[in-house]
Amino acid sequence: MAETLEKFRTLDNDPLKRVYTPADVAAPGAEDQIGMPGEFPFTRGIHAEMYRQKPWIMGMYSGAGSAEETNQRFHYLLSQGQTGFSIALDLPTQMGYDPDDPMSKGEVGKVGVSLASLEDLERLFDGIPFEKVRQIRTTANAIGPLFAAMVIAMARRQGIDPRTINLFIQNDILKEYIARGTYIYPPAPSVKHSVDVIEYCAKNGLRNWTPMSVSGYHIRDSGATPAQELAFCLANTIAYFQEAVRRGVKVDDFAHNVWMFLAGDINFLEEVAKFRCARRVWSNLMRERFGATSSETLALKIFCYTLGGHLTAQQPLNNIARVAIMTLAAVLGGVQTIATSSYDEAFSTPTPEAATIALRTQQIVAHESGVTGTVDALGGSWALEALTNQLEERVLAILEVVEQKGGAAACIESGYFQQALSKAAYQYQCEVDSGERVLVGVNAYQASEEAKIPMYRPNPDGERRQVAAVQALRSRRDNAAVEAALARLEQAARRGNNTMESLIDCADAYATTGDICGTLRGVWGRYRDPAVF
Amino acid sequence: MEKRIRVLLAKPGLDGHDRGVRVVARALRDAGAEVIYTGLHQTPQQVVDAALQEDADIVGLSILSGAHNTLVPEILELMKAEGMNDVPVLLGGTIPDDDRPGLQAMGVAAVLGPGTSMREVVKLVRELAARRQVEP
Repeated sequence: MAETLEKFRTLDNDPLKRVYTPADVAAPGAEDQIGMPGEFPFTRGIHAEMYRQKPWIMGMYSGAGSAEETNQRFHYLLSQGQTGFSIALDLPTQMGYDPDDPMSKGEVGKVGVSLASLEDLERLFDGIPFEKVRQIRTTANAIGPLFAAMVIAMARRQGIDPRTINLFIQNDILKEYIARGTYIYPPAPSVKHSVDVIEYCAKNGLRNWTPMSVSGYHIRDSGATPAQELAFCLANTIAYFQEAVRRGVKVDDFAHNVWMFLAGDINFLEEVAKFRCARRVWSNLMRERFGATSSETLALKIFCYTLGGHLTAQQPLNNIARVAIMTLAAVLGGVQTIATSSYDEAFSTPTPEAATIALRTQQIVAHESGVTGTVDALGGSWALEALTNQLEERVLAILEVVEQKGGAAACIESGYFQQALSKAAYQYQCEVDSGERVLVGVNAYQASEEAKIPMYRPNPDGERRQVAAVQALRSRRDNAAVEAALARLEQAARRGNNTMESLIDCADAYATTGDICGTLRGVWGRYRDPAVF
Repeated sequence: MEKRIRVLLAKPGLDGHDRGVRVVARALRDAGAEVIYTGLHQTPQQVVDAALQEDADIVGLSILSGAHNTLVPEILELMKAEGMNDVPVLLGGTIPDDDRPGLQAMGVAAVLGPGTSMREVVKLVRELAARRQVEP
């Protein structure tokens, strides 16, 4: 019988067989590379009991407009049973500009909350009981160290031991040059700046902190294939870890706190294979390359966010079905935290109703689907194990190429990563345009009239109020103390010292995000992208 | 020989989502256009300067951060001041339906939302360029 496609291929363009048999997974040593849940190489999961013991952390995306609005949302989400919080930051904050900087015009409070100084962080967490919160996450990257410093300064002021807070920062600057674009300084000083947080946490007993979450997500969302998502992310990881080790921080003293942030796409089997493959490659890399011995270091913790780029603006309610499938793949792939997209994410910051449905989707998978009762239930499937192996080969081959080209920073500066993604994204779009790849509601099964969905609109007055607030702060604070703290920061940066202590002093003196990043820009310069496509 | 259409693609503002604009850049290049891409984080002035310098026939802007109602009017104003009223401006990204009529009234030639095929973009660019050549 004729089949629907001439060639069936994976997203990495590897052959996809009609049927898999034991012969596909019979390579010598294959059993050892599968292993058991909770055991090296953790292909089947990082715990023996997995979700039988406790479900994954259900985190959602939130943060928009003013600190007060986000604070109200936190209170609401906490009352709905959410246990992990993410703070989306607006673009000026992420790029180190104050709300009244000319570069910030029109962007303040648009895609997240504006954190112009410690004052905003204090407003954000007003009245939130920390004992109920399992995880606070933020997208801070170029300002990752500054965000961490603000949290420490806030805790110290409130008499809270920072070690009791569970902070989870992204702080993965290299992927910003590859995909998301919120970088400030050039790659080399930026890597050192990110590693400052790793070093600070390791040396100050911040065991609950995640000083870095290496991210494949944005790389995937920019067009990467699953193998590129993992390989580019791991190449960045190697760059950070080499720097940390160079400073004398032992891999087993920090790597267990580094998470991997991956996309949850809809291509079900390939995604389950991807999460399993990520754990296996990680544990082998940590053991062989960095000499890790602790099982905590070897077991990769994965944070999964359902892939926003795969949601459609057309027939938006269809996205609820997509997110459910993505969630199921992440759960069968054994991840530790899931954030689900709201169906309106293709348009804007989620409305509260859409965010609630996204959380309910996770709760339905956790409590009704029954898949949490068996650990790695798909493990041993010939198809899945073969896909896992095939992906691993691809990932290792790409890592080899990156290594030959001089590592992650070199591949960023030459535009290698960016061009690889453009090519993959273009290829994908060609398949959509030709109809070879069907997207329901987009290039097939279109509706004649699109349903209107409610849209979240940031308060139009938010920017003006935030500008006024930061200007008032500048006239109220002790400006001599600010200048002194900024001078110490500048000196630390010039000497190549760890910047964390001086950042904490700056935050505590209510230096603004723009003051601080402006000082560091003066030392390190600013990065211009090669604009390749 | 027919003159190649020169398209300036720009990312004004702080938004770093450039998958869409890079795919469009490739599609236009493959269709025979001369594509100049500015890269990220351009101020309105930088975009207009680049369009002037590159003698662009068409300007394509990509914004996914929601800052379009601030950035696009500024760019159109600056273009007018430079006497570039005849250079059509295309806008891509996440632009809510409700904002489109206002932007088009201001002078945006077309708003291309998510799901627009590359074929449509190429066709539109060709039409706009052709119309420009017959309307001196």
